[in-house]
Amino acid sequence: MMGSENHSVQDHPLSEPLDHMENLALHDHDDGNDGAKSSLSAAYSSAFTTLSESNHHPLSSPIVSTPADSDPLLSPPQSFPNPYSPDASSYIDPPSYAEAVFTSFDGDTNGIDPPSPPLSLSISRSPSSSSEYLNITVSNPVKEQETSNSIVPGSNSYVTYLITTTTNITEFGAPGAEFGVRRRFRDVVTLSDRLAEAYRGFFIPPRPDKSVVESQVMQKQEFVEQRRVALEKYLRRLAAHPVIRKSDEFRVFLQVQGRFPLPSTIDVASRVLDGAAKLPKQLLGETVIAPHEIVQPARGGRDLMRLFKELRQSVANDWGGSRPPVVEEDKDFLEKKEKIHELEQQINGASQQAESLVKSQQDMGETMGELGLAFIKLTKFENEEAILNTQRIRAADMKGLATAAVKASRLFRELNAQTVKHLDTLHEYLGLMLAVHNAFSERSSALLTVQTLLSELSALQSRVEKLEVATSKIFGGDKSRVRKLEELQETIRVTEDAKNIAIREYERIKENNRSELERIDKERQTDFVNMLKGFVINQVGYTEKIANVWTKVVEETGRYVDKSI
Amino acid sequence: MEQQRTLSGSSQSPRSPSSSQPFLSVSVTDPVKLGNGVQAYISYRVITKLYCDLFPRVVHREKAFGHVSQLEVSIGVSIIEVRIMAVFISRMHSKSWTNFPEYQGPEKIVIRRYSDFVWLRDRLFEKYKGIFIPPLPEKSAVEKFRFSAEFIEMRRQALDVFVNRIASHCELQQSEDLRLFLQAEEETMERLRSHETGIFKKKPADLMQIFKDVQSKVSDVVLGKEKPVEETDPEYEKMKHYIFELENHLSEAQKHAYRLVKRHRELGQSLSDFGKAVKLLGASEGNALGKAFSELGMKSEILSAKLQKEAHQLLMNFEEPLKDYVRAVQSIKATIAERASAFRRQCELAETMKLKEINLDKLMLIRSDKVAEAEHEYKEATESEQATKTFETIVKLMNQEMERFQEQKTLDMGIAFHEFAKGQARLANGIADAWRSLLPKLEACSSLVEN
Repeated sequence: MMGSENHSVQDHPLSEPLDHMENLALHDHDDGNDGAKSSLSAAYSSAFTTLSESNHHPLSSPIVSTPADSDPLLSPPQSFPNPYSPDASSYIDPPSYAEAVFTSFDGDTNGIDPPSPPLSLSISRSPSSSSEYLNITVSNPVKEQETSNSIVPGSNSYVTYLITTTTNITEFGAPGAEFGVRRRFRDVVTLSDRLAEAYRGFFIPPRPDKSVVESQVMQKQEFVEQRRVALEKYLRRLAAHPVIRKSDEFRVFLQVQGRFPLPSTIDVASRVLDGAAKLPKQLLGETVIAPHEIVQPARGGRDLMRLFKELRQSVANDWGGSRPPVVEEDKDFLEKKEKIHELEQQINGASQQAESLVKSQQDMGETMGELGLAFIKLTKFENEEAILNTQRIRAADMKGLATAAVKASRLFRELNAQTVKHLDTLHEYLGLMLAVHNAFSERSSALLTVQTLLSELSALQSRVEKLEVATSKIFGGDKSRVRKLEELQETIRVTEDAKNIAIREYERIKENNRSELERIDKERQTDFVNMLKGFVINQVGYTEKIANVWTKVVEETGRYVDKSI
Repeated sequence: MEQQRTLSGSSQSPRSPSSSQPFLSVSVTDPVKLGNGVQAYISYRVITKLYCDLFPRVVHREKAFGHVSQLEVSIGVSIIEVRIMAVFISRMHSKSWTNFPEYQGPEKIVIRRYSDFVWLRDRLFEKYKGIFIPPLPEKSAVEKFRFSAEFIEMRRQALDVFVNRIASHCELQQSEDLRLFLQAEEETMERLRSHETGIFKKKPADLMQIFKDVQSKVSDVVLGKEKPVEETDPEYEKMKHYIFELENHLSEAQKHAYRLVKRHRELGQSLSDFGKAVKLLGASEGNALGKAFSELGMKSEILSAKLQKEAHQLLMNFEEPLKDYVRAVQSIKATIAERASAFRRQCELAETMKLKEINLDKLMLIRSDKVAEAEHEYKEATESEQATKTFETIVKLMNQEMERFQEQKTLDMGIAFHEFAKGQARLANGIADAWRSLLPKLEACSSLVEN
């Protein structure tokens, strides 16, 4: 995602065994470990040397000259001029700092379109009523065979679903286009993973769960139907997201025929193998980390080295004596985060009570119906066995009651079905909360990456200082020391690149978080008002009808009650 | 001003000039827990008032059966009202209570407990075979439920109805046992009651009869007579079948009615919880939406209270009458059993008579001086005649009672259905109104959000 694919491989001699990695970036060290350190930092930085042309790094010169001092990410108490913003005092204030960072990196796109303006708020937020629509249907599950050879015939069968889309969004081609593709669940997983990578910081709807027991469960009709429903819901939620609906990944998924072209996610097993294979290379200094990886959180198995570093950093954040180089300062964000957390709890509570309300309404309807049926039986019985006229009268009265009870029962059940639809909004928002959590944790891990790199940088710089002091003492310089110094400078440069990219990524995610929070605040208002209205109107309508049913019986049996009371 | 309507369906009419007869009014009120631990019980205050048409209390159904005097029992009145009544009554003291000569007027208050009512029921059942004795509320099987306010109220109401019905039945109201029940001092009552408990309930004659029954059953089996002697009247068979089937159907209906009461309570609880959760959500949201949530929550809680209230009404005015109906049918079953045993007795005695006659003829032929035997025959004759008469009375009474029962039940059910429908309509309208009142606020809220 982040652009060019050619990495420059940096060759650094590695003399230290693995266990020395423990004494890395954050600790003071002796010269003996330099090689190890530089190679590891190179692991980070090499990826980014080509991103912006290596020698044309806007940040590099100031940093070399004044190590660490002019780094804009340093905490506010150290009042350093910020070379990158027009007014020197701005970096203390997080929002303007963010702006400053953005303006510096104007040319560097992150490959993502800026968030489209929110959909015009109509009280009905369904896509079909706004100017743009994207309607998706999932249908027609079909069992297919894997064409590859397998020892046990039929063991590699899977289910595909027909996914039909109608839309007038221009990215999809001619307005009013309609098209369909066949996809299997694995493709949906791929789509979900790709979106997670590309849209870090956005509130991406969570995909349906995989099934633990794959092949046996597959056969059951129920499971397939459940999955179909879940897939439809998921895709529709994606379609409702103003940014994601226009993404390439989504479009390709919905439109491009044939095998789902995006490369599938590397699963855990091969990732672990990959990581195990890579580790010696990393240790030996031959690192081939894709440039785009710094913008992804470190994944278990694959990025062992990076994981170690970030883990150490997070431990230092929590337990270390000094404050980490940069922290989450955005008060607005922290406030909103608190608020979202509280909101989530309340929504959870309301959702649970909504479920129990629905159940009670259901039970009421059922029991009312059973009562009605019991009285119908009694009516029949009395009529059949009637000897006296009074029995027939009673049978008629019972029939009136029974009919009313059965009608009321049906009305209760319809009322309930509608109630479920309306209160479902609460459940939907619970699902959204999960997406919010994911987005926030992307932010945290990006921040951790930045912090780790900054720590590394400062450690490297202090090594440089020490080395410079040492070499200046020796007249004429020490050839090996000078060489080491140069290596270190190079490593610093590379790490600097990585740091800047990481900062950029972090800022991007922050912005995504912010815009999404704004979006869901607005959308939530609409959705909840609609939910309340729907619920209330529903209740009024049905209970009025139920009242009418019973009023009739009241009239019919009025003669039994003395009116003079 | 006057007392509440009772469940039995007695209702009041405008002043009717014809009812200037003196009548009894009984109230079962003021349940009080007495005693300790396992032996704790509830005592009721039973107030019997004699009065004359100051407050006409003509009972519809009694009109239909042309009862001359009325003994009406009304239960559940506060003591204050009773006192007012007593003041009026004392003014009427001079009137002669010809129909209830032995009743102490104008007012008599006694304390009774549940087992006293049971005693009354059992005595009436023995003495008035053929009449459908009004049913009593059941004993509570579950210990802890025995003293719950709801159970006590249901029982008090049912006991009220019970005594009412006896007092308005033209034959039962004449019963000496009823007078004892309403008038005797507590110690007397206790003596009477304990005298009748356990196996000593049955008089020696009854015990003999039980023994004879067993004897005849055994001999039947020995002699190869499989079936006990039964009536073969097809109409009566139909009636028996009807009664047994009716009990099944009614029990089912009553079961569902009880469940419906529970559902009301459950829905009330759910609404209350939902309301609370929604209010919390509103507090989180703040602004207009938050207010809307809070209002919704409050309405939910209001409706929850309505539902609980309706559940209680449903229990008292619909489920209880249905249960009462079931009990009445069970009481009829008991009468059916009585009729069967009366029939058997009649048959046996008739057979014995025949045997004795044959024997007597034999003896007369051989001129034996078995004078005692002749006397014996006479006695048997009387007994046999008595048994036949008893049986025939039962048959006649049962037919009358059946009619009365059917009429009564149509009325009772009509009222119960009316109350049920009224309650449901009231509830539904209440719910609709409550929710409707929210709509303007929600509209305002949605237009705010839109902008």
